[in-house]
Amino acid sequence: MTARVGVVTFPGSLDDGDAARAVRIAGAEPVRLWHGDPDLHGVDAVVLPGGFSYGDYLRCGAIARFAPVMETIVDAAQGGLPVLGICNGFQILCEAHLLPGALTRNQHLHFRNRDQVLRIESVGTAWTNVFQPGQEVLIPVKNGEGCYVADTATLDQLEAEGRVVARYVGGNPNGSQRDIAAITNAAGNVVGIMPHPEHAVEALTGPSLDGLGFFTSALKHLVGAPA
Amino acid sequence: MPRVVVDVMLKPEILDPQGQAVANALPRLGVSDVASVRIGRRIEIEFTGEPDLDRAREIADKLLANPVIEDFTIRLVEADETADARS
Repeated sequence: MTARVGVVTFPGSLDDGDAARAVRIAGAEPVRLWHGDPDLHGVDAVVLPGGFSYGDYLRCGAIARFAPVMETIVDAAQGGLPVLGICNGFQILCEAHLLPGALTRNQHLHFRNRDQVLRIESVGTAWTNVFQPGQEVLIPVKNGEGCYVADTATLDQLEAEGRVVARYVGGNPNGSQRDIAAITNAAGNVVGIMPHPEHAVEALTGPSLDGLGFFTSALKHLVGAPA
Repeated sequence: MPRVVVDVMLKPEILDPQGQAVANALPRLGVSDVASVRIGRRIEIEFTGEPDLDRAREIADKLLANPVIEDFTIRLVEADETADARS
């Protein structure tokens, strides 16, 4: 049976189409979810895509956190549902307290978009299990508020528990503490990543096919997960 | 109608790049005696009935500020009163 992966559209989401396409290329069935509908329609995993949910008018992700669909996703994520938050999705996961810390204005205040090398630090998550530990991947980054911050105790805990999922290599595009590009929750089913794996799934439109591994990881995870 | 003013500031240990950019621009105005600038956000809330500080605190804690990186203060001001007069 084909895995069904939900992709949420918030008002202001702009990478939801790309995320759905990445899900399809990875071999799963993308299911479009709407922010105002709390029903997850039986999906096996969820992607919160990049963009500017609700215009990011207050703080990135701060209003999306209260969307009806998020109430359901928070509960399901705590129950083990694989959830990947990309860029704005990462910000939403932090605002929803599914992941620790926060994302703030880039240290240099400039919007950054470029192809970025990342080192995969943890392959024990639902979204990175097809990578090799220490593998370097090339994935686009594009953000204005991608500077990951948390207090020292939280950062130390993330490191000690192997929950730093990916780090920037060859230059930190936004000033994130300890070069953190992606983190996971304690259970490993919720991952937030600032760069955009969904933009690196086809030779025509991306710098590599490295992003596909995040989506195929979820499928591999679901096959191994108890029904 | 009295209103509730919520002031949100980044915690001191969090880098404030916006404030820093302003501080770095001040010498161009000929200002050389400013040690640092921090920029925050002021939010004014008017309730339809009596102002409710507890409700305002809840709104601030859940929505207006992100307690991971920001602190906030809450106070009541009269509508015609300026912030300067209170401080």
